[in-house]
Order: sequence, then C-alpha cells, then structure tokens
Amino acid sequence: MSVATETTARSVEKYRVTRSRRNVAWTGLGALVVVVVLALFPYIVYSGTTSIMVQAFIVLTLASMWNLLAGYAGLVSVGQQAFVGLGAYFVLILNIHSISMFTALPVAAVGCGVAALPMWWLVSRLRTGYFAIATWVLATTVLLIIEKFPSIGGGTGMSLPHTPNNGTALLEADTYWIGLAVTVLSLVTVYLLLRGRLGLVLTAIRDDEVAARSSGARVGLARMLVFVVAAIGCGAAGALLAISQLIVQPSAVFSVQWTAVMAFAVIIGGLGTIEGPILGTIVYIILQQTLASYNAWYLIILGLVAMVVALFARRGLWGLVDDHLHIRLFPVGYWLWAPGSGGRRLRGVSPRRGGRHS
Amino acid sequence: MAWVNDIIQGILTGGLYALFACGLSLMFGVMKVVNLAHGDLAVIGGYIAVGVITVTHIPVLWSVVIVVPLMALLGYVLQRTVIQASLDRSILTTLLVTFGLSVVIENGLLQFVNADSHSLGVGNAIITSSFSIGSQITIAYLLLLIFVVAVVVLLGLQYFLSVSKYGRLIRAVADDKEAAQLSGVDYRHVFGIAAAIAFGTVALAGIAYGMYSQFSPTTGTDTILLFAFAAVVIGGLGSLWGTLLGGVVLGVAQEIGAQINASDQLLAGYIVFLAVLAFRPQGLTTRRAQS
Amino acid sequence: MSEPPREPKGRGPAWTEERGTSDEGRRGLESGPAASGASRASEALLEVRDLTVHHGQLRALDHISLRVFPGEVYAIIGANGAGKSTLLRTIAGLHQPTEGAILYDGKDMTKVRPERRATRGIAMVPEGRRLFGSLTVEENLLVGATYARKGPWTIERVYELFSWMKDRRTQRTAQLSGGEQQSVAIGRALVANPRVLLLDELSLGLAPVIVQRIYAMLPQILASGLTVLLVEQDVSQALRVASHLQCLLEGHTTLEGRPSDVTPAQVEAAYFGLAPAEHGGAASPSPGGYGGAGSPLVSRGGLGGIVPPEIAEELLWHGSTTSSRGS
Repeated sequence: MSVATETTARSVEKYRVTRSRRNVAWTGLGALVVVVVLALFPYIVYSGTTSIMVQAFIVLTLASMWNLLAGYAGLVSVGQQAFVGLGAYFVLILNIHSISMFTALPVAAVGCGVAALPMWWLVSRLRTGYFAIATWVLATTVLLIIEKFPSIGGGTGMSLPHTPNNGTALLEADTYWIGLAVTVLSLVTVYLLLRGRLGLVLTAIRDDEVAARSSGARVGLARMLVFVVAAIGCGAAGALLAISQLIVQPSAVFSVQWTAVMAFAVIIGGLGTIEGPILGTIVYIILQQTLASYNAWYLIILGLVAMVVALFARRGLWGLVDDHLHIRLFPVGYWLWAPGSGGRRLRGVSPRRGGRHS
Repeated sequence: MAWVNDIIQGILTGGLYALFACGLSLMFGVMKVVNLAHGDLAVIGGYIAVGVITVTHIPVLWSVVIVVPLMALLGYVLQRTVIQASLDRSILTTLLVTFGLSVVIENGLLQFVNADSHSLGVGNAIITSSFSIGSQITIAYLLLLIFVVAVVVLLGLQYFLSVSKYGRLIRAVADDKEAAQLSGVDYRHVFGIAAAIAFGTVALAGIAYGMYSQFSPTTGTDTILLFAFAAVVIGGLGSLWGTLLGGVVLGVAQEIGAQINASDQLLAGYIVFLAVLAFRPQGLTTRRAQS
Repeated sequence: MSEPPREPKGRGPAWTEERGTSDEGRRGLESGPAASGASRASEALLEVRDLTVHHGQLRALDHISLRVFPGEVYAIIGANGAGKSTLLRTIAGLHQPTEGAILYDGKDMTKVRPERRATRGIAMVPEGRRLFGSLTVEENLLVGATYARKGPWTIERVYELFSWMKDRRTQRTAQLSGGEQQSVAIGRALVANPRVLLLDELSLGLAPVIVQRIYAMLPQILASGLTVLLVEQDVSQALRVASHLQCLLEGHTTLEGRPSDVTPAQVEAAYFGLAPAEHGGAASPSPGGYGGAGSPLVSRGGLGGIVPPEIAEELLWHGSTTSSRGS
C-alpha cells in the first residue's frame, strides 16, 4: 500500500501573508489622537495630574525597554537600574557644567548606550540565571563607584544646580512634554525595531538558536543591539527622573526597585507584547496612587499579582484581551491566510506571538 | 604583619559566606533554579529566631533547633507548590517568580516589622570575646565558631550527597530527571528535599549572621544574595568545597579592599566577582566551562 | 543460571507457540487487531489502543494499536522519524497522547505518572542510554533498585549477566564506552524487577559486534519472566529476536505480524512505504523469511523514490552500506 503523502496537493495554491487582521491605519490614527490629547494635558488638567503622568512616562519607558529585553530577546536583566542611575547622573554632571537639563537628556541617553557596551562584553556569554545576577552585581558596582565621588554628591546625592527659573508651571509643563516625547519615541522605536528585521531575528533565536545561527542570523549582534537600545531607553528614563525630581540621590536612582517596578508592570500587562507595558503601567499607577499612603503595600501587591500572573496567565492582561478579541494595536507578527478562507484565519498556522512567553 | 590578621579574618568570614552559598548552589545545581529570594530567606530565618527568642526567652543557640527545621519544611512546601509550578513553565518564570518573592518578602518585612536593624544578642559572654595569637592576630571566638559550623555543615552535606539514598537520588535527578522518573523516582519530591536542605542551611546562616552582625529587611538583597552568588560563581558550581573556596576568596578580597579604603570593602568583592565572570565563568574549581 | 520464576498469575514464559490461534487474525500487511483478538484482550500484559501522539502540531503517531503478551519479544521497526521512540516514550509516560489509551495488566495507565508506571512494572531503557553520568556504575544500579519490586533481579545478578561490570563498578558512567553504558542502562532497568522491559534503540551508536553481544543477553532476561517491547532500527537484529513485530512509517502501522509470516519484500515495502503489489510475488520467501537476496523493487512515494534498490536493501538488512554481510 502506498503511503503517498497528501501534502502535495495544496502547496500549489497561493497563500496570503499580512501583518494584521485589520487595517493597521486605524490603530495608527487612534494612537495619533491619543498623543495629541496627551500633549494638551498641561493646558487642561491640574499640575498634580501632570506629575503623575510624568511618573507614568518614566515607568512606561522602562517597562517597554524591559519588555524588549526579556520578552523578545530573552535577556532577564535585574540590573537595569544601572542605566536609570547613570542617566540621572549624566544629567547631573552636565547640569553642574551649566548645560540645561533638557538638553542633557538626549546626551544622557546616548551616554548610557555607550556605557552599555563594556557591560555587554562582561555579561553577554552568561546564561539566563547567571546573566540576571551579573547585571545586578554590575548595577551595584556602578552605584558603589559613583558614591565615591563627592563632587557629584557622594553617598547622599545632590540637587541639580542650574534649573530654569521661569516659573514652576512652565517647568512642569516642559518636563511633561519632554516625558511625553521620550515615551512616544521609545514606543515607536521598539515597535519599528520589532516589526523590522530585528524582530524576525529575535523570533528565530527564540524558536531555535542553532537554526537561526546557521541561517545567517547574527545572534550576538541582535542581542547586543537590544541591550544597547534598552540601555538608551532606561537612561532616558533616568534622565527624566532627574529632571522631574530636580535632585539625584544614588540610593534612589540606583535602587533595584526600579527593576522590580518595570518587571512587574511588564509581567502583569503582558510579556512579549508591545501593548502589555502600557496596560501594566496603568495598573502600576493605579495601585501606587491608591496605596501610596500605605508605604510598601503597593509593591507587595504588585509583586504578588505579578507572581500570580507569571504562573497562571502567562501572557498577562493584554494576553487575555488578545485571546478573546484578537486585537493587536501594534502588530509585529504575521498572519497566514489560506486561499479561499474568506478572511478567516488558517487555524493550523497561527502566528506565534512576536516575543517570548514566560 | 597586620595583613595576616586581615587574611585570617577574610578566611573566617568566608565560612559564613559559604554557609549562605551552599543552599543556593544546591538549588541551582539540582533544579537549575536561581533563587533570587535566597538572601531574604536568611533574613526571614533571623527574624523568626528573634520572634521565637522574644516569646520563649530561650538562649540564642537553641533557636536554631526550632528555626532550621521550620525553614526546611517551608522550603519543601514552597518548592512543591510555587517553585515547581514556575519550573514547569520555564526558567524565565522561575526567575520572575523568585524575584517577585524577594520583593514581596522585603516589603512585607518593611511593612510589618520596623525598618530598624536587628541583632541576635549573643548570650554567652565567652563567645563575644576573642583570643590572640602573637601580638598582631586577634580572632573572635564567634567568627571561629561560625567557620567551624560552616565546615561541619559542608562536610555533612558532602557525606549526605555521596553516601545516603536521598543524596544519590538528588545527584541522579540533577543529572537527568527524566531518566530518574524511568527508575521510579518522583523528582518533584527529590527537588523538595533539596529545597528543604537549602532553606535550612540558609536559615542557619541567617542566624549566624544575626549573631555576628546586624540585619534589616533589606539585608537579604543588599548583602547576602550577591555574596552568596559571588561565592558560588568564584568557587565554581557543582562543588561544595568550591563554594567554601569561593567564600574564602570573597572574604579575603573584601578584607583587602577594606584595608585600601574603609568604604571599598563591598566594591572589592564585587570586582573580583565580575573579574571571575569575565575571565573564568566556570569558577576556580570546575574543569569545563559553563557555556 | 537459576530457573525462571513462576509468574504470580500462573502464566509462565510462553513466547513460542502457545499464542497460536488467536493471532491468525493479526497476520498480514494490514494493521489493527482483528475482532477475534478481543477475546484474548484481557490477557495482554501491555496494550496500546488507537494511540495518537502529537509533538506540537506534528502528528507523530496515528491510531497505533498493539498488544504484547507475557513472555513475548515484540519489536517495533521503522525508519527514522517513524514514531517508534515516541511510542515507547508514551508507553513509559514521558509523553501524553492526544487520543487513545495505554493498558497495563488490564488497567488504564494513560494518566499515570511515569514514575508510578515504573514502580508498577514498566521499565524503559531509554534511547541514548541516559545514564546518570556523574554517578558510578554501582550508584546507577542503586538508583534503579531504589523503588524496585520484588523479583529475581538484584545488583549481583546484573554483575553476573555482564561479567565486566563488577570490576568497574566504582567507575563513573560518563567514562564508559557506548556498549558498556548500554549494559549499565539495561542493568539499571532490570534491578527494578519490571514485568515489561521497553528497549529503545539498543543498537544506536554501537558497533554491530557490540550490538550482537547485547542482544545475546536477551534470552537470559526473558528466562527470568520478563516481557520485552523493543524498538530497533537494525531490522535484521529485530527480526532475529522478535516473536512479533510491527512496522511504523510516518506514524502509521504499515506491517504487523510474526517474523516467520512476513517476507523480506513485505518488510521492505512496509519500511519504505512502497507498493507491495509490484513485487509481492517476485521473491521466493523461505519459511525462515528474511535475509534472502534482493527482490526487484518498484518505487512509488516514500523513500523508495529516493533510494536505489541495492542501497535500500543494504540499509534495511545490514544497518549501513559499509557493514559486512552475514550475521
């Protein structure tokens, strides 16, 4: 009896490949509207709200960077606070030399990207668990080194000496707009990176690293690029932190709590999706605002929820939404349409998420 | 020859670090779990001891008899439930879950116990004193005792692993847990035993630390965790004696750093750690590299 | 050698002729137990019913059924990727099937954890040996004996079976040769005193001489009351020891029967997925069945289209194109 394969017949027909189920132009328009509305905030809301928004911007930037690292490149870093701190200190140092803190921000971001290179050399060959610990040790080492310089505040920290004196309202508004710009830029950068070649390479690495290498994917280069981009993003967030607080204290800016916050936000919102960090940041802000008076409670709850989500709802809140509504605001995967399937997804070849699931 | 004194201090402190590290090494070697909450568990052991002593007024050393088995039991339960569940998902999940656990424990302690430092008073006056060798070398009895305890624990652990039935099962499961299943071994139970040992030893280390120094809610991550990992990495995974060696190297490096500059103690240790990671990630005792 | 122990249920080793009549329905090329087999179903020690196993989206096994009776040597043959090892691993409990059931001693084991199956009497010698490399030979056996059932096999008896082993028992298994590791792996499974021994690709990576030496142990193992289900790529070796066989191709059963009842041509056809009608009558099979000279092969699909007849025969009957003929 012949066991001739049945697969030959179908391969002749044509399959369609698209980026998303629905037209992504609508999402882009929606995003634009949101950004415009946000930009108008300083004119329409109280300053208390804008300062909360600035915190949200910092966390959202950090979260999307951590998501890029852990969710897409599989690099679980527990030391991103190194770049938060470095970003803040870059601003401080430049400000000491009479450079405006707003001008200092992009320099700080780039500076962190540069600083990331020797750090990557130290940790790049380490596997998951060792990598995590090594990044933590690195961050602590950077903290200890910085604390040795009294000219930038030593162990106690220092306020920014040259802040603009054209009124608090304008300062807050400027801070807000810079924050919005940083966040939008971060999200757009991450989206474009993942939608492009890098996203494909990262998915290939995640699926089968050896196969990816032998197909010519530059695995080491891809990971290094992700690490550097994440460093730049976290540095920008750190710079924003310095700008919003107007004071830089080492124990605050280098605290591992930053990694905790960004990691928890990403896990709860949805690891490996671009929308996840947005949701997670919203959850974080809500928790922080409602429980702020209870000190450590919001971190306890955030941590517990993150643990539960990591174990039982691995793709987080956004994963739940996606499962039921099949919405992708920022599609980075591909959909395969069988010929004649009339717009219905071909069951057997559903695209994997663009990133890793825990 | 004052530096001889420092070297000896460093070596003895290394014993404490090794005691912290052996549980971590066991969990990573057997289950491939990097327990980021490891340091906080030592602190919890310390706080439970404080609580027990406050309530029952027993001498400090007796608290060990209560706290260590309690923590071992906690370790078994936590392993069979939370950690096994996260292991079944992926290595990423275990990192995230243990990290979450660490944050929850620390902030929980901050919330429910005040943030001040605690210390386990050492009851016996003899232990607090020290003895001298020659004119330059002074050794605190307590530190020597801790070092001896650490060596004894490591010896016991080594013996347990090489000779006993469960020790053999632990080593087998560490080599190939699927093959162990085929021989009728429930590896989840064996993992639980390994975790119990890890939690028990780290609780002992925490109490020792509390006797020697002070701890606060954040000591777990500020101090203990990274030292424990440093000892494991420097010494090399897979060897308990390597862990002792790693602890000693760390202790000595810190003492030397402290001599250069009082505030450089921690930094010196971390720099040695990073150097080992960069140039010899398999550690000082392991033969092949962990790629 | 000590006499084989009585089976507790009174069924002694019976792997020669006693199974006779109920198997007539199972002869031939078609798969699937015939209706007449149902009356003996309760006596099968190990039964697999309509087993379907997936690896992610790949269907590795498609409605596979088999019955292994006490004292039998049941061989599963097939090319790489046919699903043989998956079948064994699923029986041992390391994979969960998508559909179907596994019955052991009449009881459904499909949801039972692998370690529980091992303690109930199903022992597997996994593909690639899978010894505990950092443990010594003796320690490996001790682990196997930790949750052993009562029975004739002890560590001492394993040392008798493999005469070299006792002297080397304190050596770490990572330092042993492939053949020695295979012996230790078999010993590790034996000391658990199983009733069913699953052997997964014993010949993998071993020289033919070593393979023969290992298979020469099989009668002693069987004499102690065990039943064997083995997977083997080396078809001649399998046919030499089996009392019943099944051939898999891409997850389907393509041949089932006793070695004495199938011709080499039929085996080739089943192995490579060829059409049997083209060459069914061309060769003249001896009652012994296999090892004859080549028969004309006409290819249609499967591997037959790629592999020239001479090479196909070499591959199938001698394991490689360079090994020496004759066994």
